[in-house]
Amino acid sequence: MLIRNGIRILHIDLSKEEVKETERKDLTDYLGGIGVAIQLFKEYMQPDIDIFHEKQPIILSVGPLETIYPVATKTVAVFRSPLTGELGESYAGLRLGLAIRFTGYDTILITGKAKRPVYLNISSKGVVFRKAEPLWGLDTEESGRIMREMESGSGLRSIIRIGQGGEKLIKYAGVNVDTYRHFGRLGLGALFGSKYLKGIVIIGDGTESIGSQKEYQKTYSEIYKRVTETDAMEKYHDLGTTVNVLPLNDMNGLPTKNLKQSYFEDADKVSGEAFAEEKLIRKIACSGCPIGCIHIALYRNQFQQLEYEYIPVAYDHELVFAVGTFIGVKDKNTILSIIDCIEKFGLDCITTGVMMGWITEAYEKGIIGQEHLELDIRFGDGGTYLEIIHNIINEKNNFYKDLSFGTLYAAKKYGGEDFAAVLGGHEIAGYHTGYANLLGMAVGARHSHLDNGGYAIDQTTEFSDHEQIIQKLIEEEIARNILNCLVICLFARNIYDIDTIIKALAGIGIHWTETELKVLGKKIFYQKIQIKKALGFDYRKIEFPKRFFETKTLHGKMDSETAKKLLKIYNEKIDEICTDAIGLFAETKQDKRLI
Amino acid sequence: MSEVKTPKKLKAKKMNRCIGCISCMLACARLVHHDYSPVMSAIKIRSSGGLQGKFVADICRGCQMPSCALACQTQALIPRAGGGIKYDEEKCSGCEKCVEACEVKAISFDVVNRKPIVCIQCGVCTGNCPHQVLSMEDCNQC
Repeated sequence: MLIRNGIRILHIDLSKEEVKETERKDLTDYLGGIGVAIQLFKEYMQPDIDIFHEKQPIILSVGPLETIYPVATKTVAVFRSPLTGELGESYAGLRLGLAIRFTGYDTILITGKAKRPVYLNISSKGVVFRKAEPLWGLDTEESGRIMREMESGSGLRSIIRIGQGGEKLIKYAGVNVDTYRHFGRLGLGALFGSKYLKGIVIIGDGTESIGSQKEYQKTYSEIYKRVTETDAMEKYHDLGTTVNVLPLNDMNGLPTKNLKQSYFEDADKVSGEAFAEEKLIRKIACSGCPIGCIHIALYRNQFQQLEYEYIPVAYDHELVFAVGTFIGVKDKNTILSIIDCIEKFGLDCITTGVMMGWITEAYEKGIIGQEHLELDIRFGDGGTYLEIIHNIINEKNNFYKDLSFGTLYAAKKYGGEDFAAVLGGHEIAGYHTGYANLLGMAVGARHSHLDNGGYAIDQTTEFSDHEQIIQKLIEEEIARNILNCLVICLFARNIYDIDTIIKALAGIGIHWTETELKVLGKKIFYQKIQIKKALGFDYRKIEFPKRFFETKTLHGKMDSETAKKLLKIYNEKIDEICTDAIGLFAETKQDKRLI
Repeated sequence: MSEVKTPKKLKAKKMNRCIGCISCMLACARLVHHDYSPVMSAIKIRSSGGLQGKFVADICRGCQMPSCALACQTQALIPRAGGGIKYDEEKCSGCEKCVEACEVKAISFDVVNRKPIVCIQCGVCTGNCPHQVLSMEDCNQC
């Protein structure tokens, strides 16, 4: 860990089946997590060759607080996104952070391509390449079960794997992490598939003696108390993020039926309250988080007279939005069945749901027909959505093959771009709150609501105060970069204010000042822009599909001229930041030219 | 007559309520064994049948006649009144016989320091369980 002299990197070359360990002192300037991952990505990214070329890197990174402080539980993955072609950044929890930390590595870098399917066993003892021939073609559940039974380390390990979606290079395939979490967004699963990498079992079987006892124990205890004894994280523990469903609905902020509406007439049937009352069976937690926000519901299905099957399925706001409100499905059991189907195939649930919203409307409008879908679809028709998912995975015809490239590709090819709920090439998350959300997802580094929390800014900022909206979006993204260097769960962002971060780091012998942390956050902000541009993303060419302006937000309808104006101001602001940053951060002439 | 304090031992009676946060393991490792890693915890939480299954706790059951202590040739482990063991690290030779002797595999081994990781029934883990899954109870209480 960073308590040592440098960042320990494990580089696995799948082509040569070679492993190299390095310790990089220079990377300690970036703390860990996203900071380190971005530097490595800059070194290894391949802008000029095919997205699935074996040289394309996969980087998994944790930070110095990982697991040893409450709620510092996540792992960041950085890669070139098969879906957008530009920066891929995704976060996952459960056991992975713990497991990576106690292998003794800070960052895992994977390049190359195996000759035939493999999975990896990574522990403090090193790396073992395992043949995965029998696992290829299996879904995430069955392949996970087999790896679990073949490998040791129960309780200290993480098992990450792809399903058929990743194997078939579907560009929004994710990587399943310990059954209930995912590197869901931007297509990391397809990158695994392109490398014949079925999965990785990571066993955190190393130890790490505590250095300075007193300060660390004290700070740990203070943070633990704030997490468990204050209401700072109550929302995530109680109903979970589905607590948002009803308030968003009430304020016209809940994307529904392909965003033809921003309220769902059956919201009360799919609310956090309704799920908790009728479906919730347990909650589980990421290792080192006493909150336990992962809500598990019981999917129960009668398949014959008096014959039942059951599956415990995780749900949250984004999933209920994507395969619930967005496609008009109001039956909780059906929502759970769609989530389960998508996740077993190893696709990203948000992307798949948003795409199915577009498909439904395109079919309604006659842009696509029976000859494409080979079925009838209407909003709310749960069973048919399951068929669509199967048809995508099974590449039933050319239309379904085209769907494997994502919503934007399909809309460009068949028509209906105006109502494709896509921003920055990425299918939207479950908010339609106003300009901050719209712009935030369009410009955010990973085109996610989590880049800059635009949906929250919309709820606290005057609609017409454009400067303020832009300022907050940028400040929030910079602040989140700091948290993401430590890969602290963003649900704990109110616990880990800058003073707490400084104290937590000091407790383990890492000394940073507030200014240094803020400069780092800004530097990463700048570097991500630089990388996105190098990979072909043009902030000036961002388009906002008409649909976003046709449907009410909590501030009423938006207009496209204002959105364009905001984008212009945003671009001016980031130009300013980047101009300042050249002097501060650009390390090479090439860096300078890119801005 | 003054009341005799009955020794308590660790029970994991409400595992159905466990969320698998491993705060107990981290506390045992951190506060008892002075290590960041849950590898160094005497209480072990794991899933049985994957995360779709249940969480289970592998803990010292506080035997009345502990096989680990019987197997120990250096008296590093001696039976504790009311069940379980007392551990004297100074006397431990690191022979691992206790690890083999435990019928429920509740003792693991610290390969770096060549010492067993044993539960001393201190109860630190119970105070770090957010769901009150764990408890210290009178030895004869069911």
